[in-house]
Amino acid sequence: MKRLVVAYVCGLLFAVGLGISGMTHPSKVLAFLDFAGDWDPSLALVMGSGVLVNLVFFRMATRRGAPLLAPSFSLPSKTAVDASLLGGAALFGVGWGLGGFCPGPAIVSVVTGATPVVAFVVAMLASMGVYDWMEARTAATGLEREV
Amino acid sequence: MSHFTPVAATLGGLLLGVASSLLFVANGRILGISGIVGQIPLATGSDRSWRLVFLAGLLTGGLVLLGFDRSMLAFAFASEQTVPVAIVAGALVGFGTRLGNGCTSGHGLCGIARLSKRSIVATLMFVATGALTVFVVRHVLHLGGGPS
Repeated sequence: MKRLVVAYVCGLLFAVGLGISGMTHPSKVLAFLDFAGDWDPSLALVMGSGVLVNLVFFRMATRRGAPLLAPSFSLPSKTAVDASLLGGAALFGVGWGLGGFCPGPAIVSVVTGATPVVAFVVAMLASMGVYDWMEARTAATGLEREV
Repeated sequence: MSHFTPVAATLGGLLLGVASSLLFVANGRILGISGIVGQIPLATGSDRSWRLVFLAGLLTGGLVLLGFDRSMLAFAFASEQTVPVAIVAGALVGFGTRLGNGCTSGHGLCGIARLSKRSIVATLMFVATGALTVFVVRHVLHLGGGPS
């Protein structure tokens, strides 16, 4: 129960943080990515200050050995840079540069009911579903390359 | 640099850090939006519950922003982007973040702070292709793109 309360509070704080920082404005995100135009460095500060807080607390938590409310940390198992990581990040960047939206700000902005925002989020969730379907199919037919 | 907003950016960024640190310190989870939300359909039991509750928190936060100051949310998007562009962009973001195991929050905010090589590389990659896309759209094709 406590873990659910924390998850809810984290979602709420994160959404408010996105709003305050300007990440929910695609025009602001695009201005950050527009190095050749009227560049707006604001988002570097968003990322920088967020990472700074996390550097401190993630380190403290890791030193402690376990989270406060769970038996262990859930961390990604992959450690190697592979083609999926590079290709996925590259595709994500193209979409980010086209729309000025990454997943968090898009989902938070859905409450506006604005048509392009809703269209973005529906397309995003649908393509996540397509990815999962492709993954499941690959795994089922044994086509996944084992390295 | 006409629209540089250093104070709001720093304050907002600190809050993003507090939220992602809290989720990690208390629940041991990485705050990565694409992973948390993207895995809702496949997750089961308590693993699904916390993801749904987190999503509810995000949407509540959206409503708080909407109630507090409507201009904080993306109405600008409507005037700037057409629905077809939004759909293509959304599809690329959805597929790309699942294939690459993360987005701006999971790789950018959390992964870099964990000094994960994968996250650092992914972040450099999506900022690079994002910047390249904006460059092509605005300075090669000269489409839309004026800051609003």
